[in-house]
Formats: sequence, C-alpha cells, structure tokens
Amino acid sequence: MDRLWFFFFGTLNYDSLPFYSTIATIAAGIVVAGALVTFGLITWYGKWTALWKNWLTSVDHKKIGIMYVVVAFVMMARAVVEASMMRLQQALSFDAPGYLPPEHFAQLFSTHGTIMIFFMAMPFLTGLINYAMPLQIGARDVAFPVLNSISLCLTGGGAALMMVSLVLGKFSTGGWSGYPPYTEMAFSPGVGPDYWIWAVTLSSIGTTFTGINFAVTIYKKRAPGMHLFRMPLFCWTSLCTAILMIFAMPPLTLATLFLALDRQLGFHFFTNDAGGNMMNYANLFWLFGHPEVYILILPAFGVYSEVIANFSSKVLYGYRTLVVATMAIAVLSFTVWLHHFFTMGQSSAVNAAFGIATMTIGIPTGVKVYDWLLTMFRGRVRFSVPMLYALAFLILFVVGGLSGVLLANPAVDYQVHNSLFLVAHFHNMLIPGLLYGMLAGTHYWFPKAFGFRLDELWGRIAFVCWVVGFLLAFMPLYALGLLGMPRRLVEYFDPDYLPYTIVAAVGAGFILAAFASLVVQLVVSIRHRDALRVFVGDPWNGRTLEWSISAPPPEYNFAVIPDVKARDAFHDMKRRGVAYRRPKHYSNIEMPMNSMLGPVVAIAATACVFGIVWHIGWMIVLGFLTVWGAVIARSFVRRTKRIIPASEVRRTEERWLAAVSKAPLIARDYETSPANRGLAEAAGA
Amino acid sequence: MSSIDKKHPGLNLGRSDPGAHQDAEEIVFGFWVFLMSDLVLFALLFATFATMIGRTADGPGPQEFFDLKSVAIESALLLISSFTFGYASLAMKYRPEPMKVVRWLGVTLLLGIGFLGFEVHDFVTMAGKGGTPQTSGFLSAFFALVPTHGLHVFAGCIWIVVMIVQTLAYGLARDVKLRILRLGLFWHFLDIVWIAIISVVYLRALA
Repeated sequence: MDRLWFFFFGTLNYDSLPFYSTIATIAAGIVVAGALVTFGLITWYGKWTALWKNWLTSVDHKKIGIMYVVVAFVMMARAVVEASMMRLQQALSFDAPGYLPPEHFAQLFSTHGTIMIFFMAMPFLTGLINYAMPLQIGARDVAFPVLNSISLCLTGGGAALMMVSLVLGKFSTGGWSGYPPYTEMAFSPGVGPDYWIWAVTLSSIGTTFTGINFAVTIYKKRAPGMHLFRMPLFCWTSLCTAILMIFAMPPLTLATLFLALDRQLGFHFFTNDAGGNMMNYANLFWLFGHPEVYILILPAFGVYSEVIANFSSKVLYGYRTLVVATMAIAVLSFTVWLHHFFTMGQSSAVNAAFGIATMTIGIPTGVKVYDWLLTMFRGRVRFSVPMLYALAFLILFVVGGLSGVLLANPAVDYQVHNSLFLVAHFHNMLIPGLLYGMLAGTHYWFPKAFGFRLDELWGRIAFVCWVVGFLLAFMPLYALGLLGMPRRLVEYFDPDYLPYTIVAAVGAGFILAAFASLVVQLVVSIRHRDALRVFVGDPWNGRTLEWSISAPPPEYNFAVIPDVKARDAFHDMKRRGVAYRRPKHYSNIEMPMNSMLGPVVAIAATACVFGIVWHIGWMIVLGFLTVWGAVIARSFVRRTKRIIPASEVRRTEERWLAAVSKAPLIARDYETSPANRGLAEAAGA
Repeated sequence: MSSIDKKHPGLNLGRSDPGAHQDAEEIVFGFWVFLMSDLVLFALLFATFATMIGRTADGPGPQEFFDLKSVAIESALLLISSFTFGYASLAMKYRPEPMKVVRWLGVTLLLGIGFLGFEVHDFVTMAGKGGTPQTSGFLSAFFALVPTHGLHVFAGCIWIVVMIVQTLAYGLARDVKLRILRLGLFWHFLDIVWIAIISVVYLRALA
C-alpha cells in the first residue's frame, strides 16, 4: 500500500498539508479560494475558450507583455503582504516572540525576496519591454514570437510553483539567495529548497530565452532608417538588459542545478564534506546576481528617459552620453560581483579591486542623473503621474546610490554587512529605482495598451502612499543597521531598536495602502473608461513610434512599416506634418499564428519539476517527455503564418483615420481632461 | 542588400536559395546568440571543474580513471562526424537532392551514436572503479561537465533523426534547410567544446 502511494504521490502525505500553524492554513486557504473563485468566474462567464484562444496561446508581443505585467501584479500582492507581516512581527517582537514562529518568519523573507525579484520585478520589466520595444522600433512582432510565449509560460509556471508551495509543504528558509551548505540536504531536509530551486530555474530558463529574443529583435527587426543611434533610449536599455540576460542567467541556472544535484543525487558541489566548496556557489550565484541588479534597473532607466523627455516637452538631453553610460553600466556590472561577499575570506587586495570597480559604476549612473536633470531644465514640465514617479526616483535613488558607494568600501562593508543597513540600501535602489520606474511605465503606456487613460486622482494617491510608505519603512532601517541590528531577525532584546521598527511597520502599512490604491485606480479607470478613452493613440504628445498608431494598436501594429528619418521619430513626423497620413495603398500582412506550444511546454515542465520536488517518478518522466515531444511535434507543423488581407487592414485603418479627423486637438494643459481623445497639439522641442 | 551578401557567420545559402538566405538572417543570428549563451554555461562548467580538480577527498583522482585510448577514439568519431556534417551542409547547398543530405546526416548520426557509446562505456568503467559523482567534489564536477556535453550530443542525435525524417517527408523545403543550417552550427559547436574538454579535463588532469 505504501509503495503504491509512493508510486503515485511520491513523498506527499498528510503532513504536507498546511495545518501546522493557523497563519499557514489561512494563507493556503486564500490561495485555494482565490484559485477556485478565479476558475469559477471564468467558467461562469464561459470565458475558457476566449482565454485560451485570445490570450494563453497568443504569440502577439503586446498580449504577452500584458500577461507578464498581470503575473507581476498578482505576485506583488502576495509579496507586499508578506513584507508587511514581517514588519509587523518586528514591531511586536521586542523581548517577545511576536506572532510568527521563527521558521515561518524565515519562510516569509525567503518567499518575499524570491517573488519580488523573479516573479514581480522580472515579469514586470519583461512585460513592459515586450509591449513597448517592438512598437518603438517599428516592428510587427519580436523575432521569435513562439519562443516569447514559451518564456512567458515558463515564468508563469515558476510563479505557480511558488503559489503551490503555500499549500503543499513548506518553502525554503534559506533566503532568496539560497546559500548552501544551509540549503543542502544535511541542514534543510524538507522540500523547501527544492521548491525554491525549481521555481527559480524555470524562471531563469525563460529569461535566457527572453534575452535572446529581445536582442535579436533589436538587432534585426528595426524599421528602415531606425539606426541604432536613432532608437528611443528605452530600446537601448532593453538591448543592454537583453545582453545581460544572455550572459548572466546561465550562472544562475547552473548554480541551482548544481544545488539540485547535491540535494537529489548526492553530488558534492557545495557540501561541507567530500571536497565540496560552497564558495563556488557564492561566485556563481553573484555572477548572476550582480548583473541581475542592472537587468532590473536598466529598463527602469529607459522608462525614466522616455517619461522625463516626454513630460518636459523636450528632446532628451545628452542622448549619446546616456547610451554610452548604459553600455558602461552593462559592462561594469560583470566586474563587481564579489562585493556581495567581501567578508567571506578573500584577501584585502582582491576586496579593494572589487570595491573600486563597484564605485566606478557610480560614474555612468551620475552621468545619467545629470542628463535627466538637464532634460527638465527649461522644459515645460507637466506633473503627471509618471513624471511624479520620475521626480521621486531622482531624489531617492541618489540617496540609495550614496549608501551603495558607502557599502562599496570593504572597510565599511565589514561593519554593516548582513545588517538592516544593507536591506535599506537595496530596497532604496529597487523601490524608487525599479518599482517606481515600472509604475511610471505602466501609467505612461497603459492608454496605449488598453485605449483609455488611468484615473489621475487615484494615481496621485497611490504615488503619495508609495513615497511616504517607502520613506517610513526604509529610512529607519538605515539607522537600525548602523545600530547593529542584523537582517532577518525574528526577535530582539535591544530597546533602542523598538521605535524604529514601529515606524517601519507604519511605513509598511502605507505601502499596503499604496498597492490597494493601485487596485482602486484600476477599477475606477475601467468604470470610467468611456470618459478616459484615447483611441487616436497619442494622449501625451508622444515622441516615439508607439504613439503614432491607434490605442490599442491593431494586431499587426503598423499598416505600413514607418520610414524613420530622425531620432524621436513620431515627434519628427508631427513636426514635418506627415503624421496620420493615409498610406498610398494597403497590402496583405503576414503574422504568426497562435500556438499552444508555450502553455503545453510550461505545464509539462512545471509538472516535471513538481515531480522532482515530491519524488513522483511518473510525473517527472511524463513531464520531461511531453516538453520535448511537444517541441519536436511543433517542428512538423507546416502552416505557422496567417495572412491578414489588405481589405481588413484597410477597414481597420480607415476607422482609425476617421477618428483622427474627428478628434479635437488637445493642448498640453488639458491632457488629463476628458476632452483628450488622443490627438495631441504638437508642442515642444 | 544583394542576396549574395554574407548574412551570418558560417555556411550561407546565398545565391543557391535566396528566399531561405533572406530568412536565415534573423533565425541563424538568433541561434548564434543562443550558442553564445550555451557557451557561457560550458565556460562555467569548466571553471567549476578547474576549481575542483584537487578536491578528490582522498578518493580516486584523474590518474586512476582516464583512459586516453578511449578518449582518442571518441575524439576521432566526433571530429569525423563534424566533417561528414560538413558534407551534408554542402550537399544541401549545392546539390538539392534530399537523399544525398539524408545519407550524410545518417553517417553523422552513426558517428555520434558511436561517440556516445564509447563515452557511456567510459562512465560505466569509472563507476566500476568507484568513480561516481557521489564520491568527491572532483568527480561531481567531472560528471557535471563531460556528461553535459554528452547530453548535448544526444540531443543533437535526436535532432538529426528529426531532420532526416523531415527531409524525407518534405524534401529540402525552406524551413528544413534553415533547421539543418542551425543543426550544423550546433554540431560543430559541440566539437569545439569537446576539444576544450580534451585539453582541460583529460590532458591537463594527466599532466
């Protein structure tokens, strides 16, 4: 009987269910209820076919981009809640156990970090690049649309595994970086590290493919005349991010697979005995981890470059220096990984070299900050929501950067490493840097993606909450770090810490409110979508090609591939009076057909790794064979393209051009009024 | 741009099939980028091996296992298979007869399988002498590096089978040609990695 059970269900049993603590039961209940309600609603409204046909099997870069952002938002909801739970615990745990048992607290900081990096930040930036970059370079899709769908689905599979880990078994307590030997079988015999390993591995493989896809798209699919040095800056940062993904994801894949071999098959890569060497893990992980930091921040830099130029009604200052700075950051990012473990035993000469390399990155970043400031100088700055995020970023990011320069000094690092000072520093980079950038990008491109603007008032409320929440939650952490409070502490006995942890908990409350405001904003905007509609497609007097088409854009993006004559191509077209021209003739457009390969591969791959986590042999074999069988079967599909006939293109375009001719020309002062239908009065330099 | 421009490194289809040549620009370039990423993976496997070379944990070291005769045969098989794949590529470009391509692919496949046979035999012999990856850090690194290359060759063999079937079924259609072009890059890439394995693993460990 036991053997039969093991054959079908592996090591799963009653103890895997989340009844070991009330909080775990509630969390699992929420996940299960959420899944049931979602499935129920889709079934109730009969939307399964539509979901499958129009979304899950779609290879349209725009839809894939939107789905990435949806994944990011769902996962952010969980990770923000986890963050506030930890802040609350620390506010309550002075000389007291608080309300979270230590093991649960450790799970929380592990899932919080893993989700925020791999399943919030990465999908978010990948989604924005997916959506905007092909439009900005005048392409109809990415270079490999089906591969794009596979990447998305693998990321989704990893995210699903994270959610399953809430219900079945316990997650790793080894932090987001999963350092062995602690995460080896000897010290973490549960399934937690396995969940971590395989969720991260699925995401890292998907991300490698994404990097290849983006790089090839930018190198090979630009519209005629779109020279590299005419590309919008967001495309440049996307290119550098893609290159970083290609080079930096393999070390992570390898590190996690080595750890998996150690755990499952008894290899000795990172064990304490038999010649294992955990420093190899530290090196491999941070060989990924540091470039990853720039994978995260560069797309946000791109968004800020677009947003600041656009809402200052001015050409971007120092375009070339921004490009060079971006490239410099991308290259330097591979030379500094060792600063993540200054205290782990190498000589002071090695530390000094890496410390100096680390400080060097401040130079190109400083160049960028000045370029953005000078873009605003003598511009007509409009304080719209994306611009507000950009301004908050400029101030707060510099603070975070300065604390980074402090940490780059090995002597200082020895004092504050592993303390809350570090936690404050990287949150200071990632929240005002990455997250504000992603939110600015969402507000900026949302009208393009859905055809209506987001509500301004709730956008501003969310913005205020994000900034106040960030300041309250993380500035005290700098002080706590300097007072000597280590990170990841479940309970403490020094009364000096208490006031700061209380303030930080209040800040976490504001961040929860900020997230809630975003949800309210979305609901309000959908309700008022008719008043917010901008079908013509240029609500912000945009400068780049994505604004030259309708909102939402047609499937094929451009009826005629634009001929680019200058940087800021659409601004140039408007100035020369050639925007919104009716094409001389319409022709058939060839587009890739939908494919179920992405979802099939991802479901099979997720099943396979779930089988590995729980030792379910048949599931491993079946999943693995299905992945490769599906890929091979796909290569036998002969018809992968479909033709959109010229007549259909004409109908779509004529409907849009008719709307263009009827829409009122909107001056910049009225761009947030309901009169804005997406036709901007050309203004600015 | 004229159709005879070189659009990517390696064998170009050029004038012999302008349509496929045009399509190759994006697709083959993309595959080069993929190989670059794969090469990073191998570079790190080599680096890991280099750091683990002395970590034998009192277990058997390289001297106890490595059978250079077998390695020489494996090398010969793999290098000749690269040569025969070259003939398959040339046949595809200049003599558009599917059967010629299929024959050369078949020879390549046999050589690839021969290589795998010898390699598996090596591993089994090693295991018999107590050389399993569970023994020491050194052997873990060895069994991460060399079999990863072997798995690539295995995947390449399956890919060759698929391409033989497709060439027989569809003739030398444009998509078939583009796939053989990429398969060729993959196959030659594995040769280069193998040469690095001979130098870094087998020769260096014995030196």
